[in-house]
Amino acid sequence: MALGNWGKEAAAPLGFAELYSGASSLGIQFSPKLKSLNGKRVSMVGFMAPPLKPTLAFFVLTKVPMAICPFCSTDADWPNDIVVVRLSKPVTALPYDQPIQVTGRLEVGSQIDRETGFVSLVRIIADTLERAK
Amino acid sequence: MVLTLMLTMLLSGGAAFAAQLPNFPYHSIDVLPIDRAKFLAGQKIDFEVELKDLGTIKSVEVLINYNPAEKFFGKAPVVKLAAGVSSYRIDQVSFAKPGPVNVIVNVLTEQGAASREVNYTVVADKAQKLAKNVILFVGDGMSLQARQMARILSKGLTEGKYHDLLEMEKMSNLALVTTSGMDSLVTDSANSASAYATGSKSAVNAMGIYPNSTGDPLDDPKVENIIELAKRSRGMATGIVSTANITDATPAAMVAHTRRRSEQNFIAASMLDPEHRPDVILGGGSQHFLPKSVPGSKRSDDRNLVEEFKSQGYTFAGNKTELNQIQNSAKVLGLFQLDNMNVYIDREVTKNPAVLGSFTDQPTLMDMTKQAINVLSKNQNGFFLMVEGACIDKQLHTVDWERATYDTIEMDKAIGIAKEFAKKNNDTLIIVVADHAHSASITGTYHELDGKTGRQAVRTYAEAGFPTFEDKNKDGFPDNPAPAVTLAIQYANHPEYYEDYKFNPEPIAPAIKSGSKTIANPKKDANGDLNSSKLPDTETQEVHTADDVPLTADGPGAEYFRGIMDNTEVFFGMVRALGLDAVK
Repeated sequence: MALGNWGKEAAAPLGFAELYSGASSLGIQFSPKLKSLNGKRVSMVGFMAPPLKPTLAFFVLTKVPMAICPFCSTDADWPNDIVVVRLSKPVTALPYDQPIQVTGRLEVGSQIDRETGFVSLVRIIADTLERAK
Repeated sequence: MVLTLMLTMLLSGGAAFAAQLPNFPYHSIDVLPIDRAKFLAGQKIDFEVELKDLGTIKSVEVLINYNPAEKFFGKAPVVKLAAGVSSYRIDQVSFAKPGPVNVIVNVLTEQGAASREVNYTVVADKAQKLAKNVILFVGDGMSLQARQMARILSKGLTEGKYHDLLEMEKMSNLALVTTSGMDSLVTDSANSASAYATGSKSAVNAMGIYPNSTGDPLDDPKVENIIELAKRSRGMATGIVSTANITDATPAAMVAHTRRRSEQNFIAASMLDPEHRPDVILGGGSQHFLPKSVPGSKRSDDRNLVEEFKSQGYTFAGNKTELNQIQNSAKVLGLFQLDNMNVYIDREVTKNPAVLGSFTDQPTLMDMTKQAINVLSKNQNGFFLMVEGACIDKQLHTVDWERATYDTIEMDKAIGIAKEFAKKNNDTLIIVVADHAHSASITGTYHELDGKTGRQAVRTYAEAGFPTFEDKNKDGFPDNPAPAVTLAIQYANHPEYYEDYKFNPEPIAPAIKSGSKTIANPKKDANGDLNSSKLPDTETQEVHTADDVPLTADGPGAEYFRGIMDNTEVFFGMVRALGLDAVK
């Protein structure tokens, strides 16, 4: 669904494999590409993880479709390469098993969601959500 | 008096007697610890009685062995009266003398009297020949069948006879362990590891506590665990090793006290508390130790636990090279992945960069076990070490028996290292046990040599013959996880998923969410058979089963383990072997 992208700057495509340039047990390194796109308009294709609550104005975009199993690990266990997508209003209409394309402004850096305590590193403030072609 | 009798009959958990007692449909008197709990003499517990929906309470009397509880424990209770749930609580008390303990709760309300009686057992048994050290191996989800898959792949068989047994099978004692928790027939790993660590049953998601009815996951009555007892009563060295997040259920239960296992940031910080701070902590999950400002952290605060451990004298290792370089440290924190460590097949066999990313130098469970024993065995008072093969479970959840089996073999080789150590002085008890089972069973073999595929190529009875796994380099692991004739493994309780009976080069989820339902993941075995599920469509993975699990043991105190035993007895077998005196 288009949330109105008229007059927006062109979006740079960004892939999950391009988010990080390295990692060790002492942390992840953001890739030069990710850092250079901070604050700019980007477009990513991934899967919408089932939201923590249907009323939330954010969801988690993942590389592969997710099936969280709290008794196999824990409900707090997400892969490291996730992107939080912030929305102006809650979205529940998209299927979780079909790839979607998210376009919006990229935000890089640790942030904690006030309502849920959810920690995110990479966020897209979305202006457009649509099924991936 | 009818009220009194009815309440005396009520079990913990609040069975409803609405017809007889219209004013109190959900009333109960819950005593924590629960009826038939068993303790080591001197083991510290928090004692709490919860009075639920009993109306206006006039007085509460708690008698222990017919003495007022405050007099018996020598401590005043904290009593909180409220409209819904009232609480009577005395923290950090113990039973000094072995024998039966009787608890009677008498409540006087405006509507009448109510009472409840529970009984405990207190033991202080010591083995004839004591163990100096205990090493507890927990194969998470390692059912009898999981052991057998490892035996087939690692040792092989000809004309029906195995060429050898696993290290975990060549042990003097064998028992079957029942795994249910206080709240449910089917346990999770927190609850079951808690039974091993404390000797008390808990509830799904809980560890080191009895669950009370408050929503706070950190206020439940605690039970002292094996690490706390080993440190407090004898100054022993202690260690936890796991291939999962080190804050995951099994290792966490050796240390922490919480109603909710997902409190992993709390659990990580709790590992610094002196009363249960393990000397050796090795595994995955650095994400819960790094401050939130560091990319990759899952903490919600600015604490850098790696630095806090270092300031407590810990040597830190972030990869296998650094772990192997450690020589003269008495305390080691090793975290080798941000999340769960990768499994043996991905780490050591396929070494697929797409799976491992930057984590190409992770130690094996053998490396970790060896270094843990090196460090801990310097303590003259002995040591307690828990080693978990965590991903046996995680891979069976995703119906990936090959990855689970290589991790079972990996743990078996770690057990071999522990047995070599134990042989030197014969003063170490080694226990190998699962915490619960999974439903994977060996139906026969699978091959496509005659062109058949899918379920038509599952070979049963005489057609099964034997699989063709080979181990030419004699490292105990099959050289190829995908031989021409492999095992046909079937699961009793899977979600809807596609199955082609072939090895998956990368780990992949069997099912995904589609709306509120779970559906087969179209990316896994797309050409395979669609296996419809027998589970509710809320379940996304294969689930634990209530099957009893095998336990094998060797060394001083191993004689305790035989026949069919409750899971809480693993704790009593360990403290008996060590002869711990917790009354001190």
